[in-house]
Amino acid sequence: MRAAAHRVLANGAARFGLTVLLVLCLVALAAPWLGTVDPAWLDAVNMNQKPLTTVEWTGPDNQTAPRTLWMGTDSFGRDVYSRVVYGARVSLVVGIAVALVALSAGTVCGLLAGYFRAIDAVLMRVMDGLMAIPGILLAIALVAAWGASLATVIIAIAIPEIPRVTRLVRSLTLSIREEPYIEAAISVGTPTWKILLRHVLPNAIAPLIVQGTYVCASAILLEAILSFLGLGLPSEIPTWGNIMAEARVTFSQHPHNMLFPGLLLSATVLAVNLLGDGLRDTLDPKFMKRTEGARR
Amino acid sequence: MLAYILKRLAATIPVLAVVAFVVFLLIRIVPGDPAAVIAGNMATNEDIARIRAELGLERPFLAQFALWLAGLVSGDLGQSFFFKQDVIALIAGRVGPTLSLALVTIVLTVLVAVPLGTLAAWRHGGLLDRLLMGLSVAGFSIPVFVIGYLLVYLLAMRIDLLPVQGYRPLAAGLGPWLQHLVLPSITLSSVYVALIARVTRASVAEALTEDYVRTARAKGLPEWRVLVRHALANAAVPIVTVIGIGFALLVGGVVVTESVFSIPGLGTLTVDAVLARDFPVIQGVILFFSLLYVLINLVVDLSYVALDPRIRY
Repeated sequence: MRAAAHRVLANGAARFGLTVLLVLCLVALAAPWLGTVDPAWLDAVNMNQKPLTTVEWTGPDNQTAPRTLWMGTDSFGRDVYSRVVYGARVSLVVGIAVALVALSAGTVCGLLAGYFRAIDAVLMRVMDGLMAIPGILLAIALVAAWGASLATVIIAIAIPEIPRVTRLVRSLTLSIREEPYIEAAISVGTPTWKILLRHVLPNAIAPLIVQGTYVCASAILLEAILSFLGLGLPSEIPTWGNIMAEARVTFSQHPHNMLFPGLLLSATVLAVNLLGDGLRDTLDPKFMKRTEGARR
Repeated sequence: MLAYILKRLAATIPVLAVVAFVVFLLIRIVPGDPAAVIAGNMATNEDIARIRAELGLERPFLAQFALWLAGLVSGDLGQSFFFKQDVIALIAGRVGPTLSLALVTIVLTVLVAVPLGTLAAWRHGGLLDRLLMGLSVAGFSIPVFVIGYLLVYLLAMRIDLLPVQGYRPLAAGLGPWLQHLVLPSITLSSVYVALIARVTRASVAEALTEDYVRTARAKGLPEWRVLVRHALANAAVPIVTVIGIGFALLVGGVVVTESVFSIPGLGTLTVDAVLARDFPVIQGVILFFSLLYVLINLVVDLSYVALDPRIRY
């Protein structure tokens, strides 16, 4: 375990990705103490201010004081810096939660399909069907059906990711179950659930972690897309996607409102992807072969 | 060969059945009466009663599915209350811009990604290789709409080179059609180029280690011929496979790109339908794209015969 951690940290891409993500997590957690105001607060006097201007700003406590607007204000007079900092919370929570949900559901399905022939045929046909539906459309449709909240957005983005995880775990299970130690475990009468949890699952962990980072990256992108199209979380909860959605209207005069959330979003997804590539190269060198070079 | 085609066609049936079932379920997971959901906000009680009878809501669940499926097979995707049109006519009217965008994007992607990937594999570990790999990670990471707005800002607003938004049908002339598609297809191709360049690089690099490449070089063929006729030709199968699989990725991009560039295609239709909670249209669009995905991958499978003479069905 410790050796694996050392190998990962020796990898430049993984180290870079991890550092960026740690900083972002700290920023998201410490959002109220980073000189932000309530992200939903609007000061109608200061609409559409350019970045780095210092204005007389009326805060939520109705006190007017000079304030430097690092990223300017949007067309409602809300502080873009505060919205972008708070927006990091949604992206990170969605990314991590989707990865956890998709990995857990996919692992259960994959273990069952890989170990029990009877379940395999039916379950994999269902997964093939789910994979034929473009993920983004399925997520959009599910959010439309359930209404947009943090929980529904997470579930809606996780569902299209499940088949891919299932396939991965199934193929790992199929090869692991042929190993001599499984045969040994069966011959001494180990119950099946224990074989799956104690012998099969631990040997699938490394590829699962790698897959999890890619799921996380695409979940962050997909959440931003949903918000950007106006189908995601309502604008009381700032997300990078809905900040950019609101910036579209005034884009020709005030392109900066698109710039900052866009930069942070790209940097975050890049960091997750680099972490994933680093983990893949150090923990699971066979990954590329197994997925035939295609990542999604 | 014919037997294989039939077998492969038969294999698409369970996939399409699952797709149909998921799409059927979609309306049932919306809280409330499915008939009211389909009828929309402006419906009268008579409308809802009529739709309830059409759906057979008093019958058992599976019978409802069978009824709906029968309608589907005969080409009845239902009515859109919002657009006041048959869903199938609505989709047919919006398919042109979307297919134009997708086609131009695929052509552009292949023209850019395949040569770049091949060159990167040829000079494995070289400057171009490292640059391309770096750019491809960036291509996966930068959202399509960020790239879209960046291009609009630089090429349309700053130097007024190309139209900012909109779409002209091919019937209005090749020039305006292509001109309006340049920015959207560059935008849309960003992810796709990253994916296909990666796969091209990996499979060409593998082909370059084969004995027949050494033989080709030994008999004095010019290097470009070795690359194209021997390495790339043998790497074609995985590349074409990924073009097929990547179609799902492309559809996702289409929805966003059409929205950024105000192209009146199926992507814009999807967004409008979701905002109006027009579920028959959402169902129709999902069915259409899933069917297209299955068909494209069928064609990809069959194209292996042409691409690799070793494959015989």
